[in-house]
Amino acid sequence: MSEADSPGAKLSAIDKASFKRELTQVVPHLRAFARGLCGRPDLADDLVQETMLKAWAAQDRFEPGTSMRAWTFVILRNAYLTDMRRNRFRGEYDEGVAERILTAPAGQEEPIHLSDLHRALLTLPAERREALLLVGAGGFSYEEAAQICGCAVGTIKSRVGRARAALTEMLANGNIPRRSSDDDIAHRAILEELDTVAAGNGISSQR
Amino acid sequence: MASNHRQGGSNGGGNEGSQRRAPEWADGLKQLYDSVVEEALPDNFRDLLDRLDALDDGGPPPGSNDNGQRTAGDRT
Repeated sequence: MSEADSPGAKLSAIDKASFKRELTQVVPHLRAFARGLCGRPDLADDLVQETMLKAWAAQDRFEPGTSMRAWTFVILRNAYLTDMRRNRFRGEYDEGVAERILTAPAGQEEPIHLSDLHRALLTLPAERREALLLVGAGGFSYEEAAQICGCAVGTIKSRVGRARAALTEMLANGNIPRRSSDDDIAHRAILEELDTVAAGNGISSQR
Repeated sequence: MASNHRQGGSNGGGNEGSQRRAPEWADGLKQLYDSVVEEALPDNFRDLLDRLDALDDGGPPPGSNDNGQRTAGDRT
């Protein structure tokens, strides 16, 4: 979009080195975001690698001084949406990983199983899930999340609100799909919503 | 419910309109995210960047695959 100030589109060695350094630094965050989005660690890591390749190829479009994390999240998100529409992620869920971790807030009798939380998260429509991940887990402001998702701030707020309400409801009632087979229903809904999301919003993913 | 008011203090801002108190799973969400962030980074991520870097330097692609190949000097 804005490459007015890149003479000959050739980055200096210094810019290049700092780009690489910054990209390296955000990789753990990309992995966390990706895993929240698609559930399975191996697929998530594939997605991160894809993101890194795309980010690298587009590095002269990165404006130094802006948030590398936000910039790469946009790329990751677009890659995810594209892959989702190709039905690459089938709502699969790795029981093993989250099952091992429990979260027991201090002084609380019943720990929330992170596996339950994660599974509940994965049943949310993609757009609400990503909004909640960005704000509730990634620590982005509503404004930043809106920029990443290419939508209005109010839209993000409403998505986060709905996601929170849905999770609270699911966790309170134990109304969580047990198996990945149950996710098919949720997944169909997600895919339908994706058509809307991917059609209009967001920064167009190249290729 | 047992009234466990757990105010950790660090309420990362941005939480406007305290419609209800933060759901008790809110910490869990951060934990899920942070647990991945804190994982040791597998080597292949760094390797990937090193390979890309080498490619850009015009060096011979070490173990190139079809991903991200970009011929040096072929930019428009």
